[in-house]
Amino acid sequence: MEYLKKNIQLSQFLGLLAVFFVLYFTISHSEHNVFWRLPALFAPLPAAINGAVEFLMFEWLPIEIYDAELDEYEESALLKEITRGFSGAVLFCIQFIRELLLGGVKTIVAFTSWDFIRANKWLVWPALPWTVVAGGAIILGYALRGKGLALLVGFSTAYIAIFGQWVPAMETLSFVLIAAPISVLLGLVFGVLAFKSKKVETVLMPLLNVAQTMPHFSYLVPVTVLFGVGDHAGAIATIIFATPPMIRLTLLGLKKVPPEVIEAGLMSGCTPRQSMYRVMIPTARRDMLIGINQVIMQCLAMAVIASFIGAKGLGFNLLLALNQLRIGQALELGICIVLIAVVLDKLSLAWADKQTDYFADLEFAQRHKYSLLFLGLFVVATLLAFIGSILFRDGINYFYLIPHNQGITTENFWQAGVDWMVDNWYQGLQGFNKGLIVNVLVPMKNAYLGMPVSATFLLVMGIGYIIGGIRSALIVGAFLLFIALTEWWDRALITAYMTSFAVIASVIIGVSVGSVCAQYSLATKTALLVCDTFQTFPSFIYLIPVIMLFGVTDTSVLIAVIVYATIPATRYTIEGLRNVPETLREAGAMSGVNAWQRWTRIELPLAFPHMMLGINQTVIFALFMVIIGAMIGTEDLGQFILKALSDKNGTGNGLMLGLCVAFIGLAVDHLINTWANQRKAQLGLT
Amino acid sequence: MEEITHTNRPVIKCESVYKIFGENAKRLLEESNGVVDAKKFLDAGCAVGVNNASIEVYRGEMLVVMGLSGSGKSTLLRCISRLTDTTSGNIFIDGDDLLAMSSKKLIELRRNKMGMVFQSFALLPHKTVLENIAFPLQVKGQSTADSMKRAVDMVELVGLTGRENYFPRQLSGGQQQRVGIARSLAVEPDIWFLDEPFSALDPLIRKEMQDEFMRLQGVLNKTILFVTHDFSEALRLADRIAIMKDGIIEQLDTPANIVLNPATEYVRKFTEEVPREKVLKIKSVMDPVDDSLELSDLKVSKDAIIESVAEAVLSEQKSVGVVDDNDVLIGTVHASKVIHLLFGGHERNA
Repeated sequence: MEYLKKNIQLSQFLGLLAVFFVLYFTISHSEHNVFWRLPALFAPLPAAINGAVEFLMFEWLPIEIYDAELDEYEESALLKEITRGFSGAVLFCIQFIRELLLGGVKTIVAFTSWDFIRANKWLVWPALPWTVVAGGAIILGYALRGKGLALLVGFSTAYIAIFGQWVPAMETLSFVLIAAPISVLLGLVFGVLAFKSKKVETVLMPLLNVAQTMPHFSYLVPVTVLFGVGDHAGAIATIIFATPPMIRLTLLGLKKVPPEVIEAGLMSGCTPRQSMYRVMIPTARRDMLIGINQVIMQCLAMAVIASFIGAKGLGFNLLLALNQLRIGQALELGICIVLIAVVLDKLSLAWADKQTDYFADLEFAQRHKYSLLFLGLFVVATLLAFIGSILFRDGINYFYLIPHNQGITTENFWQAGVDWMVDNWYQGLQGFNKGLIVNVLVPMKNAYLGMPVSATFLLVMGIGYIIGGIRSALIVGAFLLFIALTEWWDRALITAYMTSFAVIASVIIGVSVGSVCAQYSLATKTALLVCDTFQTFPSFIYLIPVIMLFGVTDTSVLIAVIVYATIPATRYTIEGLRNVPETLREAGAMSGVNAWQRWTRIELPLAFPHMMLGINQTVIFALFMVIIGAMIGTEDLGQFILKALSDKNGTGNGLMLGLCVAFIGLAVDHLINTWANQRKAQLGLT
Repeated sequence: MEEITHTNRPVIKCESVYKIFGENAKRLLEESNGVVDAKKFLDAGCAVGVNNASIEVYRGEMLVVMGLSGSGKSTLLRCISRLTDTTSGNIFIDGDDLLAMSSKKLIELRRNKMGMVFQSFALLPHKTVLENIAFPLQVKGQSTADSMKRAVDMVELVGLTGRENYFPRQLSGGQQQRVGIARSLAVEPDIWFLDEPFSALDPLIRKEMQDEFMRLQGVLNKTILFVTHDFSEALRLADRIAIMKDGIIEQLDTPANIVLNPATEYVRKFTEEVPREKVLKIKSVMDPVDDSLELSDLKVSKDAIIESVAEAVLSEQKSVGVVDDNDVLIGTVHASKVIHLLFGGHERNA
């Protein structure tokens, strides 16, 4: 009791829990009881959104448009023409790059017409032989960083070519090469604007918060309504998703530039423009590079999701393979995506770190050695492709382009592996699976579904009040109210149950692994490296091995979520523990603590605020993955978002559902961040 | 007593400069008619940075602004380089009104006439030593070849040859500050601002850099405004020292005068522990030439530090002649005077 009196927050929390359980067990489960469930007042909202979007797209501000083919003027809505023009431009860029890599006629068509092409059959843009692209990438890697990077690029391109995924890989690449630079550019522009103007920042920040916590899927429907279906729509959805982290990191980087460096630039006589582009942006480079890395990761993660709305490439094939439960092929495709992600990431990092030598007084050949090398490669490879066309007259010209699925495949091996596992482990795994579902998951789910809405509000807002006072209580209450007034409250509870189960498991695993690893510097390095590597995997990849093991069940989804969400928990635990000042450890050692005491009394309390930020990330990661898990069948919000995708009028539903997920995330985010910041301030950590 | 005479116009001239941070600073200052009470302002939500500072710096002179943290010394420097806006007062650079300048003209001024060295070095982390030094030239629009050539000369001047292609993070603090110095000198500025340039360095490196700095100034003879919190550094380097406290200049005088005649109690506290013989030059203790006096054969230079000639002077019975650079007798000094200075204790008003 003494302890409780001293620790006011804890006693408040216990009181809150007590009231919560009283409500939980006393409120009657009746449809008409507002303490049990709020009426779905927001139910007509999705239809209203649909109506509004439709009005904007097809009726608002009609303008006269000249139709060349019909040779007459037509009425069309302004917005529709704008989005059409925009999609056309994006599509043209994607196709242009795609045809550089794979050949085709659409770019030529864009400047002439289909009739012209039909009349001139010879007029086909030839593909670059895959050897040229691969060799060029290797040379680029060598020029930027040296042998190591060249080797990595060589291995990756060889893998893609040998496994017969060259064509879809180039399709994906063409889409990434458009989406990523646009995202980076937009991120930079908005980041700089937000840095320059406090007003822009205040408007932008909440938008970014929502954008970053909305699940990928919920963007897709509005994008299809506005921009149609196809590669460009995929690219646009990707840009929308990949830009927010870039904006955030640009702003963060700019804010971290030491004022003295800015002053040094000004005293060197920089104009405001020079100060921004030559001093501040380069100095903020570290954070911006992390942003670029995130953009690339998002682009490849979206490669799969964007295939829902017609983006071609590896993602589409991966989706197909997953649907057909062809695990081996899915695995090979997954590795291709990971390799592209890693290569692009390393190349962009190397490019940013490049140095110039001002005094090398080189001859023409020396100065342009890489360009010349590429030229040589181009000639040789083209010759080779030509020879190939004679050599493999009847079959496939392996020196030119390897068509899809005409390479080696290890699919049978993996399939055999899966079969073997099903044969040998089926009983055990199913036993585990069943046990988990019956004994843990179903009771937990029922417990969540049995929560009266008033009890939920009390609990969440109460926690908000204890942590951040009345303001926090109102903020999280507002998030919750939005969800409660939609018709998906029960679904949201299921999402919440899956997420909390995964978060609890991830945190237990992540914190224990992280704590152990943090004790040894070698283990720390290894663990951080593993985290880095795993983070480059697009979230979809995690589904492949678990389906292999557990088939299509809730367990598979949860395991994938747990694996994915454990990464931030581990990383932040290690970082937090390693950042505990050495002097404090030494002070502890001189006071005679043993390893356990050192961990519980010194390291954990100090590292805890940082670890909480990791847990925050874990929650967001878990939420995302739970929604993506809908792909292999869950019955939470994700399932409805997926449904909205195939619904013509899904815009409203998709957006509202997305917001529901985002608000769950934001409520947790707000609580944890408020607490962690307070605690950090108390401990004097910044 | 020594007087510095300046026939030329001051290069930097500040008249009643005020810098007050806060929203209503300007209005509050107008209402107070120039008499600023820091405490009253703080209650109104304003912090006083610089309070009625007037200084003049002449060509080739090194003025050191000395004060503890929060004394407003860096703020004053930033007002004079116009890195912050001055709340009230006038600042003239070579007779031009700095505060009235258009931003275009200000950029011109900084590109051609000013150089600045920062406490935390403030090097651009993504640029090599050479690129950092060439930076001010490149923002001016000079060609890469020209600016690199100049940068190489500067690298040699500050003794970093061989490290041209290092990045700042690969250099020690002392080396980084050498780069900072080289960068600030790359455009051959007339006016050189140094904001606690050696404060972030180890004592041994600091001494080395101070010597290096003296050597450079001997060659370059710039007009210098130097900010430090280190009183002994100020004494070592300065032609004149301005001691600041709470934004107010407590005393502005030569090192010798400050040590011998501290104007306020605050200044006296700094001078208390200073070994005078190591700071003062013979000329600050000499008596005027008195023809009736019989002089010894020994002659000492007026600029000799007392400590360095004390033994010789003390071994003479008669007064010793003091001569200037042209060997002309300008004063005398007797052993008793030196003894008084060495052992007379640090009683007030020495």
